[in-house]
Amino acid sequence: MEALDGNAIAGALFAVFGREMTTAVSVCANCGATGPVAETRVYLRGPGVVARCSRCSAVLLVLVEIRGVTCVDLRGLAEPLKGV
Amino acid sequence: MERTALRGRLTWQFGTVAGVVEETARTRSIALELPDWPGHRAGQHVDVRLTAEDGYQAQRSYSIGSAPEDHDLVLTVEEIADGEVSPYLVEELHVGDSLELRGPIGGYFVWEASLGGPLLLLAGGSGVVPLRAMLRHHLASESDAPLRLLYSARSLEDVIYRDELMSVPADAEIDVRFTLTRSQPAGWHGYAGRVDRKLLEEVAWPPSEHPLVYICGPNGFVEAAASALVDLGHAPARVKTERFGPT
Repeated sequence: MEALDGNAIAGALFAVFGREMTTAVSVCANCGATGPVAETRVYLRGPGVVARCSRCSAVLLVLVEIRGVTCVDLRGLAEPLKGV
Repeated sequence: MERTALRGRLTWQFGTVAGVVEETARTRSIALELPDWPGHRAGQHVDVRLTAEDGYQAQRSYSIGSAPEDHDLVLTVEEIADGEVSPYLVEELHVGDSLELRGPIGGYFVWEASLGGPLLLLAGGSGVVPLRAMLRHHLASESDAPLRLLYSARSLEDVIYRDELMSVPADAEIDVRFTLTRSQPAGWHGYAGRVDRKLLEEVAWPPSEHPLVYICGPNGFVEAAASALVDLGHAPARVKTERFGPT
């Protein structure tokens, strides 16, 4: 499956965080890479959405929507997403 | 965007289809009238949601192909075989129908005249859509930033916005070029073959000119173009990417 990028989940992230998040900076807890959320690798076809580090492919965040409620797991971020 | 950000929420709204244009055999532009549209920036997209009679919903993102200055909001949609949303949008949606969407969305892959240039736009296939919004915004805002668009398509028949892009007056500021990767018509004067380092050396401004680069297309196209530019010495922070693909 071809990866997309964080631009593809801008709407879902806006719905959760209440503002534009693709320009926010993510810090990978695995390799320390930093960059805008827009540059993460995103896979939409799992049982949920997975965003991975563009450098080491570690899972950064997972979004799962069930019955209208979106659950967000920021398991792979070393620190909270920093807005700009 | 500012208004959307201040509101702090993204609301679904209905637009009315004001017109459709068949761009290629598989691609269609849909012009929408949206009474409650806050305006957008070139490069942004919307989420479109279809609801079946039984309540089942499917949602996809589509880039906005119109400039902020244009009257209608235009989405250009490529039909994906076996897709859940695009076949309806390309084949069944009619003028006067309603379409539910939310937006504008995205703040990263955005160009505004105030960002200046030189502006290098690299399009692969339907990745041309947000870049066409940037081109139209450039024209409407009378930006003096040099703009160069390189559009890679399989054949001339696959070129979206063909008449418009081929009739952009070549002047000192705007330069639109094409490369056809699979077949070229007789007498073709554009490029042939994929976008690679050699072609980018010819088309891109040198890194010393610090061009601002936007690349949009399928993952393979974006990766190849972005890594070739970085190899050539362009600063990664000046190279913005957006990947398109069937979802």
